[in-house]
Amino acid sequence: MIEQHGSEREALRTVGAPIRRYGGAARVSGQQDFLADLPFPDAAAVALVTLPVACATVTGIDGKRAMEMPGVIAVVSAADLPQPVPRFGISHQDRPVLADGEVLFHGEPVAAVVAETLDQAEAGAREVEVAFEERPGVYNVDQALATGAPLVRDPSRRPEDDENRDSNVLETALYEWGDTTAAAGEAAVIVENTYTFPMVTHFPIEPGGTVAVPTDAGGLDIYSPVQHPYLLQRTIATVTGLPLSQVRVFAPDPGGGFGGKQTPRLEPLLAFLALQTGRPCRLVLSLEQTFQMMRRAACRVKARTGFADDGALIFHELHCDFLIGAYADVAPRVMTKGSYVGAGPYRIPHARTASRAVMSNTTPSTAFRGFGAPQVAWATESQLDAGARALGLDGLQIRRRNLVNVGEAFFRGPYEATADGHWHEALEKAAELIGWGQPLAPGRGRGIAVAIKPGATSGLSQSLVRFLADGSAIAYAGTSDMGQGARTLWQQILADELGSPLDKIRVVSGDTGVVPFDLQTSASRSTVFMGNAVLEACRDIRKRVLALFAESTGVDEAMLSEAPGVLITPDGELSLLEASRIALGALGGEFVGQGTARMRGRKGHPLGGDAAFYEFNCTAIEVEVDVETGELLLHRHVSVSDVGTELNPIQVTSQDEGASIMGLGHSQMEQLLLDDHGVIRNLGALDYRIPTFKDVPVELITHGIENHDGPGPYGSKGISEGALLCTAGALGSAVSDAIGIPIRDLPLTPERVWTALHPDAADHPGGEEPA
Amino acid sequence: MIPTEDQSADEVGADLVVVTCSVNGESARVSVPPHRTLMDALRNELGLTGTKTCCAEGECGACTVIVDGATVNSCLMLAAEAEGCDILTVEGLGAGEPGGLCDLQESFLEAGAVQCGFCIPGQVMAAEYLLRTNPDPSVDEIREGMSGNLCRCAGYQRIVAAVELTARKRATR
Ligand code: FES
Ligand code: FES
Repeated sequence: MIEQHGSEREALRTVGAPIRRYGGAARVSGQQDFLADLPFPDAAAVALVTLPVACATVTGIDGKRAMEMPGVIAVVSAADLPQPVPRFGISHQDRPVLADGEVLFHGEPVAAVVAETLDQAEAGAREVEVAFEERPGVYNVDQALATGAPLVRDPSRRPEDDENRDSNVLETALYEWGDTTAAAGEAAVIVENTYTFPMVTHFPIEPGGTVAVPTDAGGLDIYSPVQHPYLLQRTIATVTGLPLSQVRVFAPDPGGGFGGKQTPRLEPLLAFLALQTGRPCRLVLSLEQTFQMMRRAACRVKARTGFADDGALIFHELHCDFLIGAYADVAPRVMTKGSYVGAGPYRIPHARTASRAVMSNTTPSTAFRGFGAPQVAWATESQLDAGARALGLDGLQIRRRNLVNVGEAFFRGPYEATADGHWHEALEKAAELIGWGQPLAPGRGRGIAVAIKPGATSGLSQSLVRFLADGSAIAYAGTSDMGQGARTLWQQILADELGSPLDKIRVVSGDTGVVPFDLQTSASRSTVFMGNAVLEACRDIRKRVLALFAESTGVDEAMLSEAPGVLITPDGELSLLEASRIALGALGGEFVGQGTARMRGRKGHPLGGDAAFYEFNCTAIEVEVDVETGELLLHRHVSVSDVGTELNPIQVTSQDEGASIMGLGHSQMEQLLLDDHGVIRNLGALDYRIPTFKDVPVELITHGIENHDGPGPYGSKGISEGALLCTAGALGSAVSDAIGIPIRDLPLTPERVWTALHPDAADHPGGEEPA
Repeated sequence: MIPTEDQSADEVGADLVVVTCSVNGESARVSVPPHRTLMDALRNELGLTGTKTCCAEGECGACTVIVDGATVNSCLMLAAEAEGCDILTVEGLGAGEPGGLCDLQESFLEAGAVQCGFCIPGQVMAAEYLLRTNPDPSVDEIREGMSGNLCRCAGYQRIVAAVELTARKRATR
């Protein structure tokens, strides 16, 4: 019998320790199989046919010449699909499997060529003749909202009672409490400005792709590096008419997702190609194609904010226009959820946020780390600074004055939302780490900002855990491990709860055929939802061990109890392994535990339910501006998040550092640029710049506030998005502190900063000073 | 010897080029069309899929390998140009080491530099080259030396830490 005392058990804990990443060795040695690395010896290759414009009527597709090319197996266009062409989508079923008579964004495929080899498929695709007429499209908010603007979605595809039917507005949201109009009279200072946030793309280093394999039983195996395998399974079943049991989704670990690999896009097409040709069909995307498949919604925010003499917010009004793409994808939800927290984590007596999701002839925008919150936070945080400047306060003072305390409402009304953490602690910690108030070298400025994001508002995660005869264990958990390190956490939970050594624990995910249901890997939910499911499954095993031990030994159940890794008997503690051996007896076998984390929505709630938790972040930046070139040098970047409990500190740090730098991307350099035909001008890595090693701030400091107050295992919260929510606000504030001029359009490129410094030169292309 | 043949090539009318080179210490022979990149030849002909494809235009570094002692973006080099060359890929880096990982790869794990992992083989190869040419790099030299390798998970600080850690390990070896 192994005696284990409480303190020794504590010492065995892996939760809270910087455990190495599960699957890390395979990743550093090149053994990790991503989608493009999986061997499909019999697969046919797929090439897509697209148009050189964003908006067009397609009048004819002729695949005859292509069919005569060597190796070509099939040329498929909308006419070859079931009629009407199946459409799919997470919020609106509006996206056709292949463009059906019209192309609505640059890169939307009109046909696909299946051939023996990729070279042959590409050669075939070049021979497909497409007759089309370009139509005027809408590519920015102004064009899309102009009277008489061409409509992206034909009104006949919208419900009769949809009041926005004859416009490009797809959905709206309105959040309101108090009376902003009446309150204006109470304000000592009112600031009114317009802010813009650019279209940016996810740019996962793994472009992704899909392989669809017809099975002998008439079903389909779909391989795709997706965040939501179960959503993909349902989508494929729906468009093809196959039962769920005949659609098996294998989801190899995504090589970066960031929200871009959540929703199905080309998978339904691949499914039909496989069914029609009877061959496994493989499409590995290029990075350029990936740019055309995913992006963040651009946003224009008009803001009007009133403050009292002492800096207290009196009212805050926001009009947000999210420029979404040609199909809805999950963009309406991005608009409603991002706007919900648009007014910020502040005590505001009167607030009004009116938002619209505006369609355009661009890549459908989708989930992207932050999910709409960064766009609106950019405006709200800049407004706080504008108010502070007008009142002679600094950025820290005005936030101290307005930031809600724990339990206090930042969203009022029947569905009020309150601070679920000690957010002031994060604000003060960030101020301390940036050296707020200390003298600054010339040419430098400092800024500070805060923001929140709602976590998941409903969810369902199920997990199975098997505790095997030798004390090793397997967790089945459907979370996609796309870099956040989810599997490492499950491994840690099993180790602590069952007493199994880390190296004897396996985690199985990415296969709808064997792994129980998990709704999604999104909204930083997995630590909380799947974490609780895995924890419950482990505890279920302990209860089963206890019950069978009682039955096998005749010891009264009431005399037994269990604790992490042990069974406590009247004679002392047994390791769970030892207890399970005694319990199982000569027949051997194993214990299987089940865990479910279910959070139902709440009827009538504007988000469909209360958020399970909030991500809160405070970011502070010290920047030096080169007034000659407009370039920024970030000397120090501090990010402090309210994390509940760090289950694995090194993974928390990785997420926070990664999100901080990703935030610098949209704040400093990233933007998709379109030409007059809606064609992406900077399509690809050469022309679309993301942060590199050289863009990392001289000092990048991240810190987690731990109060063990989250709803996840051991008091944890989701943490993967916080650090980019208000990067833009902090940087914008620092730059305006340095140069004395606020800039309200992102990204803060050298050109934009230089132009702000030289307002007279703005009208002179080439940047020459007027004579 | 790993002989292979690209079935597709002659059907698009190109003559095949036979390339003989050394890959991870083993002699290899591939027959490929002249336009085939070294990246595709490694991945598809030799099955060495540790070398990754992202931009395919020399901007991201995911395809980094070491050819005759210098790093190259294998997406920018034709397989035919590798005739007679000595090529090291990520698969060859830890070969023969206990656990199959070299000290640099171990350091990546220790420092928490690995997130999704897609850029990591390229990062490891770039870091290996950096340390061979500069065994004791400063932070600025690491940032400069690694600047051709993108990481969208942005594990940049952790990767710098991994390179520093390796330099320390190698100095005391
Ligand atoms: S794939 Fe070669 S540099 Fe990007
Ligand atoms: S680890 Fe994901 S791109 Fe570098």
